[in-house]
Amino acid sequence: MGSSSSRLDRVPGAKDLMEETGFSETNILCLYDRFEVLDREERGYLRLEDFEAIQQLAVNPIGDRIIGAFVFPGRETLDFPSFVRVLAHFRPTDTTWSRSGSQPEPANSRTRKLRFAFSLYDQDGDGKISRAELTEMLQAMLGMQVTDEQLQSIVGRAIQEADLDRDGAISFDEFKKSVEKVDIDHKMSTRFLR
Amino acid sequence: NETTMWFRKLCHRNQTLVLEWLVETSHPTFFLSAWIINQSEAPPEPRPAPIGTHAEKANLPVFTMDYPRIQIPFEVTLWVLLASFAKIGFHVYHKITVWVPESCLLISIGLIVGAIMHSVNEEPPAVLTSNVFFLYMLPPIVLDSGYFMPTRPFFENIGTVLWFAVVGTLWNSIGIGMSLFAICQIEAFGVQDINLQENLLFASIISAVDPVAVLNVFEDVSVNEQLYIVVFGECLFNDAVTVVLYNMFNFVAEMPVVEPVDVFLGVARFFVVGLGGMGFGILFGFVAAFTTRFTSKVREIEPLFIFMYSYLAYLVAELFAISSIMAIVTCALTMKYYVEENVSQRSCTTIRHVVKMLGSISETLIFFFLGVVTITTEHEWNWGYILFTLLFAFVWRGLGVLVLTQIINPFRTIPFNLKDQFGLAYGGLRGAISFALAFTLPDNIGRRQLFITATIAIILFTVFLQGISIRPLIELINVRRTNRNLDTINAEIHCRLMEHTIAGIEDLCGQWSHFYWKDKFMKFNNRILRRILIRDSRAESSIVALYKKLELQNAMEILDTVSGDISAAPSIVSLYEEKKNAGKPKKMFLAADLRNMHDILSKNMYKIRQRVRSGIIWIIFLALLLFIYMFSLITQSNTVSHFFMHLYFCGLCCKLSGRT
Repeated sequence: MGSSSSRLDRVPGAKDLMEETGFSETNILCLYDRFEVLDREERGYLRLEDFEAIQQLAVNPIGDRIIGAFVFPGRETLDFPSFVRVLAHFRPTDTTWSRSGSQPEPANSRTRKLRFAFSLYDQDGDGKISRAELTEMLQAMLGMQVTDEQLQSIVGRAIQEADLDRDGAISFDEFKKSVEKVDIDHKMSTRFLR
Repeated sequence: NETTMWFRKLCHRNQTLVLEWLVETSHPTFFLSAWIINQSEAPPEPRPAPIGTHAEKANLPVFTMDYPRIQIPFEVTLWVLLASFAKIGFHVYHKITVWVPESCLLISIGLIVGAIMHSVNEEPPAVLTSNVFFLYMLPPIVLDSGYFMPTRPFFENIGTVLWFAVVGTLWNSIGIGMSLFAICQIEAFGVQDINLQENLLFASIISAVDPVAVLNVFEDVSVNEQLYIVVFGECLFNDAVTVVLYNMFNFVAEMPVVEPVDVFLGVARFFVVGLGGMGFGILFGFVAAFTTRFTSKVREIEPLFIFMYSYLAYLVAELFAISSIMAIVTCALTMKYYVEENVSQRSCTTIRHVVKMLGSISETLIFFFLGVVTITTEHEWNWGYILFTLLFAFVWRGLGVLVLTQIINPFRTIPFNLKDQFGLAYGGLRGAISFALAFTLPDNIGRRQLFITATIAIILFTVFLQGISIRPLIELINVRRTNRNLDTINAEIHCRLMEHTIAGIEDLCGQWSHFYWKDKFMKFNNRILRRILIRDSRAESSIVALYKKLELQNAMEILDTVSGDISAAPSIVSLYEEKKNAGKPKKMFLAADLRNMHDILSKNMYKIRQRVRSGIIWIIFLALLLFIYMFSLITQSNTVSHFFMHLYFCGLCCKLSGRT
């Protein structure tokens, strides 16, 4: 195990990260390699341009929002620990983890995953998905397939279904309730980060 | 009442008057009765004139009968009807179907009919030839499975499915074959004449799983999607492997020596068979989709294309001796997506209904015949061999599932836990394919009867024992469930969002998984395939499709609740607004009303159900009698036919007079 421990030394703060996020050694190393690939100018941190250079992300309908979860006004540079912390949301849920009062909720718990998804909608960060935000999101996902009236009807229907307190916007709890039957663990996890 | 009194008097008089009464009351069994009566009083055939004498004047026959001409279609129809009556009968008493799977019930009825036929020394209809089964009875079932397979979970789990289907079946066959060969060496059982090839052949027959009963239970209990789709997919694809193995071992069994070259050729053949089947299926699927692009003017025959093309795929695959099952399944999968966008709504409904109907009929018939044939074939029983077969089938399946999941779990996002594995192992029932393959064993295999008996034994054992017990066991060990009621726009939107997110994250991490391939395929699909194959090729997201479907449902619900004059109904939009604002008070009123109506209805419905139940039992009973009567006619045994005819009439009388 000598070689891998020396490799692990390259990664700053690896042990703490592993404990905090639950990633295994292999994962941390993989992610570090990827970080270095993205960080072409070898500055030690990532900026918006590095993310935008990822081609596949550019054609993803919500690519810019995903990038926005990593780098946003207020955090223009992203170092490795923060990179890992965001990605920790996408680990499959540990079946062995049991909730004890003092420990903070791990990043890949169901609620945290839902928070991540919610933040993709809620661009202005007011804690609610307004009609306009939902329309924007649907516009991005559906593209040219629907006319404006259809889009408005779909949005209207969605808000009507989910909005239980009738304030015209979807709060986080309403969001949680509307996906309570969905297997979030399966949908918001990628096995490479197990 | 009056009619019945009058009828009773009639029964003591000439039988032709009964005929008149039946005509007057248009009793549904009129035509059959007419036929029966006239049959028993058929005019004697005119004697052929002796040569040289003056020919007698023969009268113009008013009523003739020519049974041999219609014999085959007639018998087929009657068998199908009988099996379907049995199916109706089960569902009248709902509780039975919850605990006992339908296949068990069908086999039981088959056993009863077989016993009746055996006691009157009748032969079962000769439908269990290889050709009839594989060309006519199997394709509808496979088409049904393939057409209604949920595509998204299937493609997400395709690796696991293929893994279990291919490697699992191989493991089972070889394991069971070897163990049985070892058992054969023991002198006490007296089966030493079975060599290794024959054992392997037999093992390949019984390793084909057919979890029809299990799938129904899984659906009712809503087990998690992963388990469901793996069991479903495994069942479909392992048929292909089984048939390959069967043909291979059959070929090999006739050869005195097996060389390594043959094994290598066997493997190569497997790939040819599997991939060839898929290739043909995809080809025919695309051709079918392309054809439906031009059928907007001939809507009535649109469903025909689906059936013809999939059947054609099946037959062409049979022509080249490649896996016809995989061909028809891939054809259905490919076709469905494009065809359902091209054809009209009615054609779509017709297609779905007919596919389900044909599949249901075939399945019913197969299980029914399984029961009949069990009684009427000659069996060769050998305690040791058969018991060990059962044991090994069970053991090897369990081991196989355990080992294979250990290997494939690291590749899955959601690994299978022990409970899932139990469900997977226990859900390995045997069924139709094993049955058919057993009957098509060539005659030069010495112990053919033993193999047939053993196959039937194992099918009956698994279907009855595992089929009945799987439901309580699944509920007891609490396998992970899934909630499949995702019919809200919100759930759909959020699910799509999550998929895009994961695809993005994976691109970020530089890793590819099935999301990547799915994305690529969707792009290819949208840019090229849809343009060619779909008439009106605007890409439609699943969100929009679901939205349209929900709006349609809503509209129909609103129209339903408007009592009275539909033309006076306000437009849907304004009703929608009204529904939103109506709120609670209206709901309460309706609930109280509904409760009253419920009470009244339930009291009346109880009576109705009783009447219907006895009626159904009678219909089944009379149909059975009619059956046996037909057969006795064929064998020209007059006494039996008269006996059953009188029995039939007594039955009719009793029913009509209201006695049960």
